[in-house]
Amino acid sequence: MEFLVASAVGLLTAAGVYLILRKRTFPVILGLSLVSYAVNVFLFATGRLMVNAPPILNKYEEVAYTDPLPQALVLTAIVISFGMTAVVVMIALGAFLSARDDRIDMLEDGETAKTGEDA
Amino acid sequence: MSLFLIAALPFLGAVFPALLIRAGRNASASAAGLTTFLAFVGLLLHAPTVFSGEVVTARFDWLPGLGLNANFFLDGLGFLFATLILGIGLLIILYARFYLSREDPMGQFYTYLLLFQGAMVGIVLSDNILLLLIFWELTSLSSFLLIGYWKHLPEGRQGARMALTVTGSGGLAMIGGMLILGNIAGSYDLSVILENKEAIQASPLYLPALILILLGCFTKSAQFPFHFWLPHAMAAPTPVSAYLHSATMVKAGLFLMARMWPVLAGTPEWFYIVATTGLVTMALGAIIALFKDDLKGLLAFSTVSHLGLITMLLGFGTKLAAVIAVFHIINHATFKAALFMSAGIVDHEAHTRDIKRLGGLRHLMPVTFTIALVAALSMAGIPPFNGFLSKEMMLEETVHTVWAGSHYFVPGLALVAALFSAAYSFRFIVHVFFGPKRDDYPSTPHDPGVGMWLAPAFLITLVILIGLFSAKIAGPLVAVAAGAVIGGGELPYYSLKLWHGFTPALYMSIVAVTGGALLLAAHGPVMRAWNAAPRPEAKAIFDALMEALARLAKGITDGLHNGAITRYGAIMVAFTVALGWYAYSTGDTGPATRAVMAIDPIPALGWLSLVLATVLIVLRHHNRLLALILIGVVGLVVSMSFNYLSAPDLALTQLSVEVVTIVLMLLALNFMPKETPIETPALTRLRDGAIAVVAGLGSGGLIYALMTRDFAAPTISEFHLANSYKGGGGTNVVNVILVDFRGFDTFGEIIVLGIAALVIYALTEAVLGTRVRAYLLNRKPDLPQAGDAHPMMMVVATRVMMPLALMVAAYIFFRGHNLPGGGFIAGLVAAIAVIMQYMASGFSWTSERQRFYYHGIIGSGVLIAAATGIGAWFNDMPFLTSAFGYIHWPPLKEFEWATAALFDLGVFLAVVGAVLLALESLSRFAWQPGTSSEYAMDINPARDDEPKNENEV
Repeated sequence: MEFLVASAVGLLTAAGVYLILRKRTFPVILGLSLVSYAVNVFLFATGRLMVNAPPILNKYEEVAYTDPLPQALVLTAIVISFGMTAVVVMIALGAFLSARDDRIDMLEDGETAKTGEDA
Repeated sequence: MSLFLIAALPFLGAVFPALLIRAGRNASASAAGLTTFLAFVGLLLHAPTVFSGEVVTARFDWLPGLGLNANFFLDGLGFLFATLILGIGLLIILYARFYLSREDPMGQFYTYLLLFQGAMVGIVLSDNILLLLIFWELTSLSSFLLIGYWKHLPEGRQGARMALTVTGSGGLAMIGGMLILGNIAGSYDLSVILENKEAIQASPLYLPALILILLGCFTKSAQFPFHFWLPHAMAAPTPVSAYLHSATMVKAGLFLMARMWPVLAGTPEWFYIVATTGLVTMALGAIIALFKDDLKGLLAFSTVSHLGLITMLLGFGTKLAAVIAVFHIINHATFKAALFMSAGIVDHEAHTRDIKRLGGLRHLMPVTFTIALVAALSMAGIPPFNGFLSKEMMLEETVHTVWAGSHYFVPGLALVAALFSAAYSFRFIVHVFFGPKRDDYPSTPHDPGVGMWLAPAFLITLVILIGLFSAKIAGPLVAVAAGAVIGGGELPYYSLKLWHGFTPALYMSIVAVTGGALLLAAHGPVMRAWNAAPRPEAKAIFDALMEALARLAKGITDGLHNGAITRYGAIMVAFTVALGWYAYSTGDTGPATRAVMAIDPIPALGWLSLVLATVLIVLRHHNRLLALILIGVVGLVVSMSFNYLSAPDLALTQLSVEVVTIVLMLLALNFMPKETPIETPALTRLRDGAIAVVAGLGSGGLIYALMTRDFAAPTISEFHLANSYKGGGGTNVVNVILVDFRGFDTFGEIIVLGIAALVIYALTEAVLGTRVRAYLLNRKPDLPQAGDAHPMMMVVATRVMMPLALMVAAYIFFRGHNLPGGGFIAGLVAAIAVIMQYMASGFSWTSERQRFYYHGIIGSGVLIAAATGIGAWFNDMPFLTSAFGYIHWPPLKEFEWATAALFDLGVFLAVVGAVLLALESLSRFAWQPGTSSEYAMDINPARDDEPKNENEV
């Protein structure tokens, strides 16, 4: 099970990073979302994995609980990453509508920045 | 008066001159003067205590654990400097009132001056070295404002910049030195540090700390080779020069050396660094001063020279030398401030300060002449003025100083300095005031009004009185200040008097004065020789150095930041991977200690779909709609795995966020191209792929290693589990953490979320305010549109579901404290309920029914959360302490009521508002005329009239 989670984190990170390095806004946003998933799962997994042990206190018997703290952190992280995604989407949309172009390496005069390789 | 108030008064008073300038220049100057006067009186009230040898303190602990406090103390040394700063400050305020012209913004001037004065007073009263450092930097900043006061003069701006660069970088070095010092002593309190002489001098870090601190002192006090900024700072108005360069700013370095004297002095390192620097500076400054034609330039280099003198005395490390240093600080402040002011008067009246264009002023300006004469003779070291006393004592002390085995090096150079010092002092008098009257002054000089000469006249009175009755007038102050410098113990024997008998110092004085007079007589040829000799120009070197630095910085920045986000991204990822690799290859990893969980078939299936979806996204991301759907799959699998791995709250949150995110992206995609062209070469893609794979392997490997090992230390989660019910009154630990244990975090987070939504709103407004609006209004959809924009089935279904969804939200909200749920999730569910209406019935229809603006909802959420937190104050509890109790209303089951639920309500509202504001803003892009219907519904079952046209149905 640990392997599945770890490999999923690795895959999501790799895919996210690859997309972030693309040259159009939309793939970059997709990449950011994938990296957000990876980071959230990563953080969550630092509390170690447990099945059927939610951190809901059981008044009637002694049971094991999984680590609640990473969950609380990740919960807000999920909501905040929504906020971040929304802002980025908005910026991308505003930029596209203003310049009619969604390349991310644009200079103010509409030229493509020199990146060593042609865009 | 409390020391806090004395230090704060100039800062508090700094507001008034700037405000009162509207009431006139006198009001502005009086406000500044009154502030300074109050602080001065407050200081003098402490005089009896200080002179009795006690130390006045004022303590305020801020973060005791970190050694952060605002402690002030006033001993003899602090009293001496504070007197100089406030006393001369008062005279300068008077002088500047008449010096500044009508065109100069006087309110600004006094505000800057008071800020500077406050920073200086702060330095000399601070007990905590961190506090001292802050005031130290403040003097650099406020002196920048003062030196560059005449913004229209390029010299003023350049001089101010140079002063800031030199003193600021010295200040940075000093921060390092002070931190080391505090570390060795184990405290940042000066009073503690001063008691730890042995520990500090024995530490291997003594030398680095010493050098760093001295760098700060030397740059501030314009010691060679950092002396060059001071003459360039002369571009400032003369009151500024008189204040900064006689009594305050440049003396700050001396003050600190004196302050640190008990712990730092007495070692060979101290002697050779400090005494040699002082000696060289003294001689060099005196020599250059003789060849300056600018009156203020001459005074600037003479200041450099005298600062060197005091530095040298402190560097000797003997108690007697320290006493003389203190005495000369007083004397120098009095005669140098008077000299600067008289130079300012000459400049003010004759409209030039070029010595070559002056001469013969003694008949035209008798008062100024008298003032300048007394002050200059004191500077030259002529009896019976006070400069003579301390210079004589200094020469006497040099005779007894051995430098690297040589008995003649120190006295020899000191004699040279004294000789040139006499020469330039005579030149100041002879070439300006003596000689024939000229007829080519730029303006006819005459004595100024009493306002301008009163301050320097007062100062030369002191010069004479201290000279004649030194033991009576300056004696107690010197004794108490010197006592503070040498840090307890007996003061050495000394006597402040004019006649010490036929000592070596007397002969040296006679040689110096005679030699100085002769040198002045031969000034013409000597000056020509000096001008013919090549010598390095400090400003050119400084400018070249600055330019080289700027080029280097620009090179690095341009290399890293070329405007391409892809490059930043790649650099950031590569750097992070490199850091991770470094940590991995240098650290050690223990063996796996946790048993690996078995893989069930259903999670394996989920994993498989996640992998498939992710790979497909990468391969097919050019089709944006497809990629979006695949992202949805990934999000779903992530939610399900949260659920499977005992995190029901996370699963609920992820699921609802997923819906909102996809809707948001769909909205944006509506306006954007639906395809991403393939435009990067295969090689670049391969490189990016390699970076990505390494990053993925790194993060995956790291989390795998983490998951297969137990916690290295006990976690704080046990605390949360144990106290969730007892302390927070809830059984859903995650929710209790969010709204109670870490409520402050959550409070911050809803604020951030609200800000994000407002940013989106503002961006929308900004974009729609440009020509984009016209484009959008005329935009033709780039995809085929459905014939029925608002299908009846969907409209009816969403309207039926609206109350249901809201009830679910309420249910999730209320059970949140004890079962999975809570404000975040409930907020998202409620937002989705409204979004469904937008989607099914259209933007216009929904907006018309919107009763509350989303901004208000966000705001009320944050305010409710804040009010709940503040409520705790009324029970004398810290912010956000929650209270709870149990209520039993028959026939209902007993239920729990916690203030945390009210906080959660704030969270709920903020989330609803933020999500809806973000989505609503985006949808406003789609608005076109004709999209709204005049009817309550596109499809109104109750409508009895015929549709106007086919499209509307």
